[in-house]
Amino acid sequence: MFTEETLGHVRKGRKEWDKEVQETFRQKPERKERFSTVSDLEIKRIYTPEDIKGLDFARDIGYPGMFPFTRGCQPTMYRGREWTMRMFSGLGSAEDTNKRWHLLLREGETGLSTAFDFPTLMGYDTDSPRALGECGKCGVAIDTLRDLQILTDRIPLDSVTTSMTINPPASILWAMYLVVAEKCGVSWDKIGGTIQNDMLKEFIAQKTFMLPPEPSVKLISDTIEFGTKYVPTWNTVSISGYHIREAGSTAVQELAFTLADGIAYVQDVIERKKLDVDSFAPRLSFFFNSHLDFFEEIAKFRAARRMWAKIMKDKFKAKDPRSWWMRFHTQTAGCSLTAQQPYNNVVRTATEALAAVLGGTQSLHTNSLDETLALPSESAAMIALRTQQIICDEIGVTDTIDPLAGSYFVESLTNQIEEEAWEYINKIDDLGGMIVAIDKGFPQMEIAKAAYHYQRQIDKGEKVLVGVNKYVVEEEAPPEILKISDELGKEQIGRLNEVKRTRDNRSVIRKLNDLRAASKTDKNLMPYVIEVVREYGTEQEICDVWREVFGEYRDPGFY
Amino acid sequence: MNFREKLRILVAKPGLDGHDRGARIIARAYSDAGFEVVYTGLHQTPEQIVAAALQEDVDLIGLSCLSGAHMTLFKRVIELLKKDGAEEITVVGGGIIPEEDIPKLKEAGVKEIFLPGTSLDTILNWTRSNVKPRA
Repeated sequence: MFTEETLGHVRKGRKEWDKEVQETFRQKPERKERFSTVSDLEIKRIYTPEDIKGLDFARDIGYPGMFPFTRGCQPTMYRGREWTMRMFSGLGSAEDTNKRWHLLLREGETGLSTAFDFPTLMGYDTDSPRALGECGKCGVAIDTLRDLQILTDRIPLDSVTTSMTINPPASILWAMYLVVAEKCGVSWDKIGGTIQNDMLKEFIAQKTFMLPPEPSVKLISDTIEFGTKYVPTWNTVSISGYHIREAGSTAVQELAFTLADGIAYVQDVIERKKLDVDSFAPRLSFFFNSHLDFFEEIAKFRAARRMWAKIMKDKFKAKDPRSWWMRFHTQTAGCSLTAQQPYNNVVRTATEALAAVLGGTQSLHTNSLDETLALPSESAAMIALRTQQIICDEIGVTDTIDPLAGSYFVESLTNQIEEEAWEYINKIDDLGGMIVAIDKGFPQMEIAKAAYHYQRQIDKGEKVLVGVNKYVVEEEAPPEILKISDELGKEQIGRLNEVKRTRDNRSVIRKLNDLRAASKTDKNLMPYVIEVVREYGTEQEICDVWREVFGEYRDPGFY
Repeated sequence: MNFREKLRILVAKPGLDGHDRGARIIARAYSDAGFEVVYTGLHQTPEQIVAAALQEDVDLIGLSCLSGAHMTLFKRVIELLKKDGAEEITVVGGGIIPEEDIPKLKEAGVKEIFLPGTSLDTILNWTRSNVKPRA
């Protein structure tokens, strides 16, 4: 990047400046002995050309939309099209959530994203004893196709894309969406969206698991294969670091474990399905967290694209440039928000969102100020959406692409995060891949250590959280929060019973038996799942078949 | 009669909620502070939690719930403890719990609720002053 002559000047100037610094120290020391990021990467006093002298513009930075994609995955980025403003929402009943969706779309949201309640996430119907007290509490309750029909009422499925944050039962919810599209007369090649469908990070971090890792990964490969053949513009997996970070990982761990999960999925599809890597890799999508540390996050996003491009090109020998690109969704960090002085969360979310935009995200969810207290109220969700719109339209950051490229600090941090993430990926490789690593508890324990370390730093005041360990005030009036009625569960069970009464039960049983038989083979199970949901078979009826055939995964309870 | 010096603590995750960052940090903090800790792991029914508490002969149960189902699940744990004649086991809770629910939970028998942002030392000190090993 620099001539020897330039570097000579840099070094000469450095010596003089170091003397100045020593002089200053005689009057006053720095505020802290050690400066570090939220993830505790040590940060230097200053960065200069010396820190990025090994950087090669063409090899390491380049141009957006081209290998190694450091600067973005599309050639024109936000000058061509702004990111998709996709607010994660789901509350109470399908009707309540549909109403929230229409409000957000009216106010300028450009994509939908569904939050489900815990029974739906874990493969239980609302009438299961396991679902006690949970219906609609942290998302929408979906038991059958009927609920999904209500949820998507008057949503134009051929123009709005829908993301569904669902994992063990992902194929079931996707099947419901496909059948709804069919019933609305929209063909499968016209619908777009994403199912999260990333089970490895569930074992590592989010912990909504059902089956053991092996069959879990098999089901994912089924959906990838099915999508490749029949639903070509659907993202059948969203390989997610978000939850890894929320569980307390560092930025490096988030990046490394996510890429290692991605490697495991690609390997499985190639080996199990014998698909050519270029046939499915362009539809793989990713999902990251944007945490408090502004530059650390931007560097992480840039490193992520560069690393995935290398993995796809060098390790998997993909030839299509679209297999090399990494498209990702970002959510601001829920775990960075505070229950204390909750209005401050608007500011945290705004700077995290800005980091995601400067990092080149394809879509974005901004958290609401009240998320440490309850599900977002309508007014809180609106402020969160407006935050994105202000960043997009008012402050000029979308006018040029990757404006921080070439910054001594940002490039150096991008390199550092990449190097440290490779170390983790190599370590996981040495262990025998991610499934083995999970079995040994390796990523789980690394995250637990990091989470505990961060909490200790907050308790000691080494890391500041305004309102929690600095600038604390007593006696605050909490904002108005959204409450989900405990009665909702009864109504939902009523609808479920009604569906069970009016459907063709013999046909449901027959289709479930077909699914059970197919589950014992290596056949792709998607067509069988579609058949069951079309007949209004419930989510749990399908999951019970799988729990019976594959067994259940139990939390090993590491801490 | 056995006399124990060390408090025995059960950290438990009732319901289907998977948010275990807090519970695991608390388990580790208790353990580092010299308490004997049992962590149930995720996805426990109230029945399983109470059975574990009795079997492990604990002095304190710490319940963590971030899904919004705390009113149903915490109360159920207390109910079952009473049914088994084990109401002398102290029960505390933490998670995403609205202020207005706290008096109701305390009335039901939850001794203390720790909200987000509470320091580990606050929880450790509270435990030392309010819970004694049962004889």
